[in-house]
Amino acid sequence: MPQEGIFKFHQYQVVGRHLPTEQDPTPTVYRMKVWAQDAVRAKSKFWYFLRRLRRVKKANGQIIAVNEIFERKPTTVKNFGIWVRYQSRTGYHNMYKEYRDTTLNGAVDQMYSEMASRHRVRFPCIQIIKTATVPASACKRANTLQFHDSKIRFPLTHRLARPSAPEYRTLYKATRPSVAMI
Amino acid sequence: MPFKRYVEIGRVALVNFGEDYGKLVVITDVVDQNRALVDAPTETRRIMPFKRMTLTDLTVEIPRLASKKVLTAAFTSADVAGKFAASAWGKKLAARQSKANQNDFERYQAAVAKAKRNRAVRKAYNQLAKSA
Repeated sequence: MPQEGIFKFHQYQVVGRHLPTEQDPTPTVYRMKVWAQDAVRAKSKFWYFLRRLRRVKKANGQIIAVNEIFERKPTTVKNFGIWVRYQSRTGYHNMYKEYRDTTLNGAVDQMYSEMASRHRVRFPCIQIIKTATVPASACKRANTLQFHDSKIRFPLTHRLARPSAPEYRTLYKATRPSVAMI
Repeated sequence: MPFKRYVEIGRVALVNFGEDYGKLVVITDVVDQNRALVDAPTETRRIMPFKRMTLTDLTVEIPRLASKKVLTAAFTSADVAGKFAASAWGKKLAARQSKANQNDFERYQAAVAKAKRNRAVRKAYNQLAKSA
């Protein structure tokens, strides 16, 4: 099924384990869901997290599978909660963010751009601890709560005439645009 | 001046940007302050930013996140496409379209008709100017 939109970061499920040894012929298999630009970087992210959590690293481990995970219902709007840990200039911080989107990948993309704009934190400094689809009753943020209304109604203000396609864009206009509220 | 067109569930909008330019879509849910979930009988439901649409006066009676069947029924029973085509805005778009599709001979015919009309107007005006 094709994914809606083009996402910078995709969700991958990476499965790996320690190499079998004489002491442990059947090592524990670990599965992790990570966001990365491609499968190669997803594997790298997997080893990054696994060597912090368990005594397994790339030199003594193996990848069993890498699969991309797609959104099951990309045509309904959901509330996504994302728990992140990030490294700022002074230290590490934990944060909970809420986004409304049709796909988890879209919400994660929103999170990365918001972290970059509000906190000037880029992708390598952000660790996603957990994500969840939050039911409307459990949402916390005012910006998501205000859209939980089946009778929602608001006007669009400050409408500008835009060109119908990107190729008709111009940097300089002979006349100033009308900002009439229609 | 109060607002006349609101973003709401069931509001019909005209796409004014990109490859779906000129299509009519229905708002089925509001994602956030910039984007809505839009649907049309022949399209897959998807997110569209408000910047890419212009709201129309038309609305259809649908619940939030209406199924394709419910939406198509509401869309056809409210005769959205017909009502839009009959509105001044729809007529303007149709006239613009037909003018763009004219061939050289049709443009010539239009020019001749315009010249003829202008001649008649000038004649009537001159007569009035003389008598005044």
